[in-house]
Amino acid sequence: MSLLELDGVTLKFGGVTAVNNLSMSVNEGEVFALVGPNGAGKSTVFNMISRFYRPVRGSIRFDGEDLLNHRAHEIANLGIARTFQNIELFERATVLQNLLVGRHRHRRSTLPEQLFFAGRIRAEEREHRHAVEEVIDFLDLQVYRDKMIAGLPYGVRKVVELARALATKPRLLLLDEPASGLSVEETQDMRWWIDDIRRQMGITVLMVEHDMGLVSKVCDRVLALADGAKLAEGTPAEVQSHPAVIEAYLGTSAVSKTANAQGERV
Amino acid sequence: MRFHFKTSYDQDIRLFPDWWNFSLYVALLLLMLVLPWLIDGFYLGEVTNVLIWAVAGLGLMLLTGQTGQVSLGHSAFMALGCYSCVNFMELGLPFLAAFLLAGIVTGIIGAIIAIPALKLHGVYLAIFTLALAILADDLIVILEPWTGGVNGYFAPVIEIFGIEINRWAAPETWYYLALGTSIFVALLYRNLLRSPLGRAFAAVRDSEISAQAMGVDVARTKTLAFGLSCAFAGLGGALMGLFAGAFNNETFNFLIAIQLLMMIIIGGLGFIHGAFLGAIVIAFLPQFLSILTDNLGSASIPGLETGVFGMILIAFILFEPMGLYGRWLKIRTWLELFPFARRDMFRRQKTYLKTERLR
Repeated sequence: MSLLELDGVTLKFGGVTAVNNLSMSVNEGEVFALVGPNGAGKSTVFNMISRFYRPVRGSIRFDGEDLLNHRAHEIANLGIARTFQNIELFERATVLQNLLVGRHRHRRSTLPEQLFFAGRIRAEEREHRHAVEEVIDFLDLQVYRDKMIAGLPYGVRKVVELARALATKPRLLLLDEPASGLSVEETQDMRWWIDDIRRQMGITVLMVEHDMGLVSKVCDRVLALADGAKLAEGTPAEVQSHPAVIEAYLGTSAVSKTANAQGERV
Repeated sequence: MRFHFKTSYDQDIRLFPDWWNFSLYVALLLLMLVLPWLIDGFYLGEVTNVLIWAVAGLGLMLLTGQTGQVSLGHSAFMALGCYSCVNFMELGLPFLAAFLLAGIVTGIIGAIIAIPALKLHGVYLAIFTLALAILADDLIVILEPWTGGVNGYFAPVIEIFGIEINRWAAPETWYYLALGTSIFVALLYRNLLRSPLGRAFAAVRDSEISAQAMGVDVARTKTLAFGLSCAFAGLGGALMGLFAGAFNNETFNFLIAIQLLMMIIIGGLGFIHGAFLGAIVIAFLPQFLSILTDNLGSASIPGLETGVFGMILIAFILFEPMGLYGRWLKIRTWLELFPFARRDMFRRQKTYLKTERLR
């Protein structure tokens, strides 16, 4: 059953068509990757799902709900969490506080209860903390719990951002280049985590990623984009060997050259 | 070295993390309670002044330090708080009710005024709020039936449960009123910090885009920040006007708002302690300077206060942007970690990756 469905989505910035008539569907429980050269419109697709951009045509449906009827801050409430390509953490707060912001959509206490710290707020805060601690344990962030974001290395920030998205307890997780700028070991960790997020937590993952090694290891299906349009869709192996994809990455002459080379050999 | 062992989530949720911290604040409270017996009336008045500035400062701190929205117009809301308090008293409400009601009314009006300002950022918001402050000055003159215009008001007699609060006859009564209010406001502030709303404030300050992605309604959060901030500033303004004894449009000049902003920057943006430390600087600086000029045998120099204050501000922005409380935190960490503190521990990493272009 498809959880997220884009149908004929088009987005234009002035005269530039960033995304052109894109249709795709992400099934519940799968790991789906968007790949493509820089400027292909992958992050733009994410920003449309997050409702930072509004498509000029087409529809985006999540679990039957039309996302275009919702404002950006309501998307998290529907169960969609995301990370950003250029980490967007709350710099002047600790890791713990960042993750607790992730719990924002689960808050129930009213303004007077918060102002006077009376009523259910205390129990609720314990609950939030418990949920956050589970994420901290899952991603091994114990050491950094009370550290300020401002002083953390890049790789750790990347994990904290993933943790913050997980703290919202989403049904769909959007990962914008989870492995960019990570070392080989960190990319390995990221791979296991994405596997576990799907298997243990049952969260559907949609990710943008350039590292084809990672994509082919964790993804069920891949969609290749170029210039805002769909090139190919299928298993990682299928997409990687698709002629149109090779053309988009390496250029036409490269394809004809390989074709020529193969022809010569025959 | 000191170690913080945490064995329960409550240690991060309750007001005081440990017994040591709790006893420090109890000791401070006891000192504040017996202060009237330790110092004379004049200095008690000065301390009262510090506490009143701190109340208004906490208001601006919530907006600027916590939510990252700059305001140069808080003098307008202080005026609103003061005049509405006096008007409620003239309608026959007892002081305490009029006082709290004035805070609530100022908060609601502040939140309404904030709505058109929601889209404004940085310098544009500063100009918008500065315009409010200048406008307030004229409005006070125009709305003479309620404000007394340029002639102003003489503060009515204040009574709480039959005890008269009189600055001249019994300075300690005013001191306790200011102390109680500042503790009350600081407590509300502290409660916000450990609640979802306080975290949402910080989220809006640091990254609006990812705050939205986490489900924080940025417009609503900013409106609430404005409302609460103006409510606190209104309480501070009411105390300031009543404490002055007589007040008119000049009392809540826009310079007060600028002074308030300078005060929280010097104290340390984003810290409750910062509002109090900044208030100490702003309230005692004139006294300190006049004692100094007296001792040097010169006559008083006009504009000296503002000049010195400006220079202190520039020095803080250049050398200690985290303010007095930030400096203290560094010293404390150094002491706690002794001898393992590292020199660059507080140096902030520069990040060039920001997706502000998404707007």
